[in-house]
Amino acid sequence: MAILVDKSKRILIQGITGREGKARTKLMVEYGSTVVAGCTPGKGGMEVNGTPVFDSVEEAVDKVGQVDISTIFVPAPLVKDAALEAMYAGVKLVVLIPDRVPIYDVLEIEQAARKTGARFVGPNTLGVLSVGEAVLGMIGGRAAAASSWFKKGNVGVTSRSGGITSSIGYYLSKAGVGLTTLVHVGGDPIIGLPHPEVVKLFEEDEKTEAVVMFGEIGSSQEEQVADLIEQGKFTKPLVAFIGGKAAKKGTRFSHAGAIIEGNRGTHEGKVKRLREVGATVVDSFDDLWETTRKLVDKL
Amino acid sequence: MARLFEYQSKELLSKTGIKIPSGKVCETPEEVKRYAEELGKPVVVKAQAWFTGRASVGGIKFADTPAEAEQFSRNMLGKTIKNFTVSKVLIEEKINIKKEMFASLIIDDSARAPVVIFSGTGGTGVEEIAAENPDAVVKMPVDINAGLKSFEALNLIRGLDINGKQLLQVSNVLCKVVAAAKKFEARSVEINPLVITEEGVTMAADGRITIDDYAVFRHPELGIDYARELDNPPSELDIIAYDIEKNDYRGTFYFIQLEHEFNRGDNFVGFHGAGGGGSMMSMDAVQRKGYKLANFCDTSGNPPASKVYRAAKIIMAQKNIDGYFGSGSGVASQEQVNSARGLVKAFIENNLNIPAVVRLGGNLEEKAVEILETYTKDRIPAPVEGYMKDDTADHCAERIDILIKEYNPVKDLKQLEIGIKNINHEFDTMTGKVQFDHKACADCKDKVCVDACDPKILKFEDDLPVLAIDPADAKKGKCTECLACELECMMKGNNGCYVHLPIENID
Repeated sequence: MAILVDKSKRILIQGITGREGKARTKLMVEYGSTVVAGCTPGKGGMEVNGTPVFDSVEEAVDKVGQVDISTIFVPAPLVKDAALEAMYAGVKLVVLIPDRVPIYDVLEIEQAARKTGARFVGPNTLGVLSVGEAVLGMIGGRAAAASSWFKKGNVGVTSRSGGITSSIGYYLSKAGVGLTTLVHVGGDPIIGLPHPEVVKLFEEDEKTEAVVMFGEIGSSQEEQVADLIEQGKFTKPLVAFIGGKAAKKGTRFSHAGAIIEGNRGTHEGKVKRLREVGATVVDSFDDLWETTRKLVDKL
Repeated sequence: MARLFEYQSKELLSKTGIKIPSGKVCETPEEVKRYAEELGKPVVVKAQAWFTGRASVGGIKFADTPAEAEQFSRNMLGKTIKNFTVSKVLIEEKINIKKEMFASLIIDDSARAPVVIFSGTGGTGVEEIAAENPDAVVKMPVDINAGLKSFEALNLIRGLDINGKQLLQVSNVLCKVVAAAKKFEARSVEINPLVITEEGVTMAADGRITIDDYAVFRHPELGIDYARELDNPPSELDIIAYDIEKNDYRGTFYFIQLEHEFNRGDNFVGFHGAGGGGSMMSMDAVQRKGYKLANFCDTSGNPPASKVYRAAKIIMAQKNIDGYFGSGSGVASQEQVNSARGLVKAFIENNLNIPAVVRLGGNLEEKAVEILETYTKDRIPAPVEGYMKDDTADHCAERIDILIKEYNPVKDLKQLEIGIKNINHEFDTMTGKVQFDHKACADCKDKVCVDACDPKILKFEDDLPVLAIDPADAKKGKCTECLACELECMMKGNNGCYVHLPIENID
């Protein structure tokens, strides 16, 4: 199987009638995602490419039955309300695609998630793609591109950079390494499903036998993954690359997370900590696929 | 994060109920003198700047008389310290400090919550104090909805040798720091030092607040017109770029100048990335070849061609760059044809006289590279090369290096005439206008524009291209500003179509 999403998961799109929502829903369906409903307040009764639109998430659940996942494509200032609405309607996984969501809104979403037992990916995420199964968000772009780029196999990918998620998937597939699920955790400082949470899911997934992680300077996500390895909570082989070695301290390159705070989050610190616990950290991004291929061949 | 100056931060703290010294921000030495006379007591003159450690570089001075205050402010105003030009000073009554402490709130990614931090000792070098003596520093995560309760604050700081009335005052300050952070959506609030005066009053002797960039739109009262993390105030180009991004929500455009003063031949390249992670690696690659970055720029998240065009124009406004280097993740989910069209229009309009190498790997990459290379060929003096997902960033860096070394810029290059002569049909788009010269169109055999239009909003009327939909819809976004009409007309038509995309303060 895969993590987070597959063909059997029933998906709702919040903001389905907007520019991005409409275009992305089409691509998601083309790749294989099971989109059962859309939601835009005030536009209930419409249809978007055959998908029924409802005024609220609760109404959608009433009419079409269980919804497993909601993918949100509404403008950033409206993301909090949309996410809370989905969680309180019982949706257990919410994917927040937009960037520029205010951080205090994310903190409130985090609290609602704890209260309702839901998870969320993002914000500021390209999404999640399970190879040959389904996609949430916009990884891969056109379905035909995603199908030709990513080959099915036994390696999971977790990445802090959106563009790099696709790159890693493509280059690994090209090197003969097949994939289970690709996750872009999101570029913001507070995100719902950071690296340590993703690797825990990969640990439980039978199909995933190894994980490739693209880390970045800033935050403590990679250090927390090292802690999990040390505690025996993540036991599968991990190959990692940490970006941002040459970044000037305090300079922020689009990713709000890439800020060095004190000694935590430095390139050096992350590499050292991961190597200490036995993970493979490559120094050059272009070594990632060959190193992973050799490792997977031995499994 | 949008940084506030000390005087702004203190204003906000004061509004929340935290005591601050009497003071006033001044811009001229004369104003300083007048205010010091008005106060009628010794004052402190504090340069308003974003960097820390002001005292050690002469940015904080104590003055006994108004004349002395005036002189100190004269030394500070207009002076550039650590790349920062001081334009304001804060004049405050001098307070008698008995005890210095440290109080702050920061949003912590690992706790996924705001964390309040307090130290019983504060002032300069609080980081060192904390490192040597971790017991002196206490912290706790805060419930975002409930805030910090007064009993929680009390329990947090008890045992740090603060007693009686001061214990209540200090714990009260902590609750208010949390409240202020939430109210103004601060990424961090820092009071260092928080002081107890000889008179037994607890007040903020300094203050530093940074606001969440993404929340600035909800706080017009803060008057922040440029919400980006920078070490220095933004440059003219930074502001022009920021305004473009602010007024166009489609995709993401980020631009900062990294270097302002350099000459042709100093090996500076204009950098144009797509996606943060891939951009970082691409910047590494070009720097390994011995080049320096004039700027950082990122257009990603599926931006329209018009936004990429404006980004390219801004990059090229850095007159002394030796090359144009574009490279992102290499396998972009966004449709790269849009990027290619934006670049082509910008390169041709600027009559590009420096080599350009752009990696356009990702969706529709073959078509994107074809547009980039063939549409610029023989139209501009400099070479333009496009690359795809199987080309590494290092390979692209090698190509730009070779091209820069080979290319001799044309001397006294003429600027081309831009646009069309007679505009007799036009319609508004989200950020510009599409214009037609129907005289030219009447003589055009191929009339490729209507067919080339991505969103299919053009039609023929009397054999001339016109808008086929309600102009209001075109302006609202039905015209995606894909630039196909103009570029296809340029290639195969009769130069009868132009997309006018103004950039304020640069044209």
